[in-house]
Amino acid sequence: MTTLEKTPDAGGPAGKADAPYLEVNDLTVKFPTADGLVHAVSNLSYSVELGKTLGIVGESGSGKSVSSMAVLGLHDARTARITGSIKVDGMEVVGLSDQKMRAMRGNSTAMIFQDALAALHPFYRVGAQLAEAYQIHHPGANKRDARRRAIEMLDRVGIPEPHSRVDDFPHQFSGGMRQRVMIAMGLINDPALLIADEPTTALDVTVQAQILDLLQDLQKEFNSAIVIITHDLGVIAEMADDVLVMYSGRAVEYGSCREILSHPEMPYTWGLLSSVPDVTSDPNARMIPIPGTPPSMLNPPIGCAFEARCTHSDKVGGDLCATKLPEMRPGGRGAHHLKRCHLADPDAVYAAEVLPVIAPDLAEES
Amino acid sequence: MLGFVVRRLMSSLLVILLASFVVFAIFYLGPSNPAKPVCDAQGKCTPERLAAIEHNMGLDKNVFEAYGTFMKGVVAGREVTVGSKQYDCAAPCLGISFANGQEVTSELKKRLVPTLLVAIGGSLTYLILGVLIGVFAASKRGTIADRLLVSGSLLVSSVPYYLMCLLAWIYLTQQWSIFPETGYFPITENPFKTFTGLLLPCLVLGIASAPAYARFTRGQMVETLGDDYIRTAKAKGLPGHSVLTKHALRAAIVPIITIFGLDFGVLLGGTIFTEFIFDIDGIGRWGLLALRAPLDLPVITATVLVGSLLIVISNLLVDLTYGFLDPRVRLG
Repeated sequence: MTTLEKTPDAGGPAGKADAPYLEVNDLTVKFPTADGLVHAVSNLSYSVELGKTLGIVGESGSGKSVSSMAVLGLHDARTARITGSIKVDGMEVVGLSDQKMRAMRGNSTAMIFQDALAALHPFYRVGAQLAEAYQIHHPGANKRDARRRAIEMLDRVGIPEPHSRVDDFPHQFSGGMRQRVMIAMGLINDPALLIADEPTTALDVTVQAQILDLLQDLQKEFNSAIVIITHDLGVIAEMADDVLVMYSGRAVEYGSCREILSHPEMPYTWGLLSSVPDVTSDPNARMIPIPGTPPSMLNPPIGCAFEARCTHSDKVGGDLCATKLPEMRPGGRGAHHLKRCHLADPDAVYAAEVLPVIAPDLAEES
Repeated sequence: MLGFVVRRLMSSLLVILLASFVVFAIFYLGPSNPAKPVCDAQGKCTPERLAAIEHNMGLDKNVFEAYGTFMKGVVAGREVTVGSKQYDCAAPCLGISFANGQEVTSELKKRLVPTLLVAIGGSLTYLILGVLIGVFAASKRGTIADRLLVSGSLLVSSVPYYLMCLLAWIYLTQQWSIFPETGYFPITENPFKTFTGLLLPCLVLGIASAPAYARFTRGQMVETLGDDYIRTAKAKGLPGHSVLTKHALRAAIVPIITIFGLDFGVLLGGTIFTEFIFDIDGIGRWGLLALRAPLDLPVITATVLVGSLLIVISNLLVDLTYGFLDPRVRLG
């Protein structure tokens, strides 16, 4: 996978300016169940450089979280079959021993989860939970060091009076403050790669904006690579440098954020854009939900997974959409914008049929 | 916190009074007349003599008055007449046993120690054994080891408890002499003999109840291991044993401790089969023997009173420890 926007100052601590910090190649995750094999993620490839943010977007069950948890090796080896390659800072992670994986987890690669109330242990003080995350990767640090570090991190993520709040339990924090605690825990060991799994879901919009700002500030400060998983295109627009759209366990569109949001080439991405409410937009704009439901992951269709819900498949000759899985390949807008679709000229279809409905003002301008 | 304890103590007191009154009334108003055997012992029992003896023993009062007399004795002590004898029963007076003319309070004290020792030994055995097996099975969920433990525990818990006691006693002490003679030997005389005498009863009690605790622990652990904070603990880079004990078990142990506290209170009220079969002179055996005709009313009332008192206290303790174990319900 090629990197999308090369900037000269994107070098990390290791000085590997060119190699992406996280490189996922042909990742496939399957779960054997009593009903058969669940194809949770199929042939997924993407990469993220230090200092950059990749947004992974898709609906529930599209494989966003499953693919990211594979990066940290959080799947149970007894229940998940993982093939392909995940390289973190050049090191292959798939098949890595549990011991080596643990040294990486929470240290150079950290993850923050949605719903911090459930993701933090209800019976331990937040200070103890932060200190634990620090001490496990700093065996030389004593309790006092770890506590000092915990307070420092709480202060850094904007929690007022960190000296006293460090001794509070998670349930004593508000939702936004709790998510800050979660972020403080993720960042306590200065990770080079941070995976944020829907970090702002279930938070109100003002708090959501604060959390996203915080993540961006911290990214600037530490030059870390961020993978942000979301189903909210607003979050993508605010945070991401690159966007990966997933559907039914596969990447369906991949490119820079501006490209994807302004010139989407895959009907599923159009559907996502059509279903975003926007108070500031043209009052004539319509919000159109995507009809139907995603296909079963037990027996994925042989053709395009989106075919059954796609309103544009009739523009493709024959029954190509139903019988042949489209490749992930560059469309009409250059090598850095990949899409998985049989449509011959998606730009024209988008401009003629989709844009006038969802954003009449934009359609008139162009 | 203090307000909570005081409120709970008040309501607990009410529960104890109510329970003891109900039991007192059931046996007091019941068909068995404790005056009859006393009367028979004195030769020909005429209705007049029976009535005189009933009057002496306080059996002709109405039930409220009789209960009042009994409770007054508990608080301040009283004079008790059984048959033709007068007893000066000091507080807390639970009456005089009809069977042997001994003070119930001192008889009770004597029997509380073995019951307490069996309860502690047995409950610790099943708690430790059950939790260990449960945690191990949950961590190996779905494997052969897990299935063997689950079906093995089902097998053990399907054996009737009295049968298990009997088999253990017959084979392990009588037939093969693996364990020494069971029973209670006063702890003040020879603590080692006390230990060996109660070892087998405690083990049998523990092993019989361990499967229930193992299955309960396994269920709690499996549920907890699926919680989000376990994923967080793994994502921190913690080793497996730390995730299992420090994070999962810490959360799963709360309901286990709750059940344990309630069970312990019940055990303190006496373990009838254990005490009977292993020949331990404890509360359960004593209470059961008092039920034989003629009814030894003071002993029955005393065992129920003590039993309900201990259950109420252990309930209260469970509520208080809950606050320590789960900060979300911490009071005050």
